[in-house]
Amino acid sequence: MNTQLLLIQVFNGLVNGAFYALLSLGLAVIFGMLRIVNFMHGALYMLGAFAAFALGQLLGLGFWPSLILAPLLVGLLGVVLERGLLSRLYGLEPSYNLLLTFGLTLLTQDLVKQVMLSRFAVSSAPYSPPEVLSGVVNLGFVVFPKYRLFVIALSLVVCLVTWFVIEKTRVGAIIRASTENPVVTRAFGINVSGWVTGVFAVGAALAGLAGVLAAPIYSVEPYMGAELIITTFAVVVIGGMGSILGSVVTGFAVGVLAAVGAAVYPPIANTLVFILMALVLLVRPSGLFGLPEGAR
Amino acid sequence: MSAVSKLGATRDPARVTRAAWLIGLGIILLALPHLIYPVLALDILAWGLFAVAFDLLFGFSGLLSFGHAAFWGTSAYLTAYLLGHGQSVPVAIAGGTLSALALAVPVAYLSVRSSGIYFSMITLAFAQMVSFLALQWTDLTGGENGLQGFARPSFLGLDFSDAQVRYYVCLALFTLGFGVAYRAVRSPFGQAQQAVRDSEQRAQSVGYNPARFKFTAFLLSAGLAGLAGAMYTFGHGVVSLEVVNWRTSGEVVMMTLLGGTTTLFGPVIGAGIVLLLRDVLTTANLPVGIVTGVVFVLVVLFFRRGVVGTLEHWLRRR
Repeated sequence: MNTQLLLIQVFNGLVNGAFYALLSLGLAVIFGMLRIVNFMHGALYMLGAFAAFALGQLLGLGFWPSLILAPLLVGLLGVVLERGLLSRLYGLEPSYNLLLTFGLTLLTQDLVKQVMLSRFAVSSAPYSPPEVLSGVVNLGFVVFPKYRLFVIALSLVVCLVTWFVIEKTRVGAIIRASTENPVVTRAFGINVSGWVTGVFAVGAALAGLAGVLAAPIYSVEPYMGAELIITTFAVVVIGGMGSILGSVVTGFAVGVLAAVGAAVYPPIANTLVFILMALVLLVRPSGLFGLPEGAR
Repeated sequence: MSAVSKLGATRDPARVTRAAWLIGLGIILLALPHLIYPVLALDILAWGLFAVAFDLLFGFSGLLSFGHAAFWGTSAYLTAYLLGHGQSVPVAIAGGTLSALALAVPVAYLSVRSSGIYFSMITLAFAQMVSFLALQWTDLTGGENGLQGFARPSFLGLDFSDAQVRYYVCLALFTLGFGVAYRAVRSPFGQAQQAVRDSEQRAQSVGYNPARFKFTAFLLSAGLAGLAGAMYTFGHGVVSLEVVNWRTSGEVVMMTLLGGTTTLFGPVIGAGIVLLLRDVLTTANLPVGIVTGVVFVLVVLFFRRGVVGTLEHWLRRR
């Protein structure tokens, strides 16, 4: 295989990896802090893309306002979900969160499908990147679409900021305290349930952001999150469930590995992540960056 | 105690309830293909056994497998493949079931070391591997097109082109599978049964056993899911990628929850309700996913005991 082709694959892998990283980061934040396994994450990603599309169709909003507004809307939906539904399941096994969000996924996907068909008369719609980001960049050794480079860069920045806030700041400490010992934390005058809702909203907004970013690359359709969420779950298991760093690093790594693997042997592209997961589990059942289950 | 005196002091009321369920379910299942379209009735048997198999693991071991479609689907494909290559119906069904069992050995080995939500994720990922394999391995699975038009040669004078005949053959297989599950659930706790009425406690006491028990329970569950998958292929005469999709894994969870976990009869009834509901919705051209999703959410939020669980709970309190 020639070097140029390999480099293109590496870049494409980084683009996919950017989405894996953003999505698994959101899942890791929600699971790590709240012990909620949010199966709906893929549907929230799709809702982000759909919101960008709908805002453009109905209000004539372009990519940039949507990039801010759509994640906000998805985050707001996250607040409603957490307050209205998920909070009723606290104290039960996390399995019930998984099941509830699975049901919500079925519901959301078909609801969006109905809306797209009845309101916009399409079941799948293309979405153009903004003018500034269309075209290609010549990196010297390889020519690459501008928009895809932007996706990689923005995802990296967002992941870094999230990691920093949670691991290094007072906000992160408050969140951890709120979830590890709610009673004591409340005694310090901290609004625990408010923080819990906030964390869920931020995780949801991250999925929404990934959705807006994905719209110009994969086009908008109701089931766009369905297969992606499963791959993301595998990424989270490989990285170690709930590990922020693990989800980001593994997200990008899996993206690149799968793309390079596909260049060597195409049929393996979609399976590689699951093979990888089985191998990791054999050696380290708690994932690459995860703590052993007992230590939690 | 009042329930005991009403039913007679020497009788165990739980046992009477179980007998009533057995007889009731038996009568319904015998009459079913005369009440509804026989292929739909057969679907209820196959999915019902699938749900029972799932519940063996979830309800009685506390392990939420989110990848049971792997066993159902593998068996469904292999049964179709064997039938397509001139094998007789019993050989194809046995082959399909065994293939699910064989797949379960490595999957169970790797997954029962984890528990809780980790277990769910891992089973889901293994099921996805099977799903991608089914998509890629077109020689065996037909890829996107699936497999259809395979023969179901007559056996012992039974004409399998008749849907009613197929139904009663599957009813026999269902009874066999259900019997295995029933015995498995009863046998280790025969003595403790009187004391442990609360099903949740029973599940916990099962989960308390070491990994070897979980491994055995996983194999048993996967094998029964395989038998159910073989019945599905035999009944429909068509297999598509849908059988290995993650939505299939989720649907069997829903059927089990709706009917009632740890009740054994519940999953069958749950399967019946979901399939009949879906049949009505499709015929009326209503959005299946929206309604199924709403039902799922409501069950998880407000109705976790399920139909049979709620009924039994209500009967016990009376």
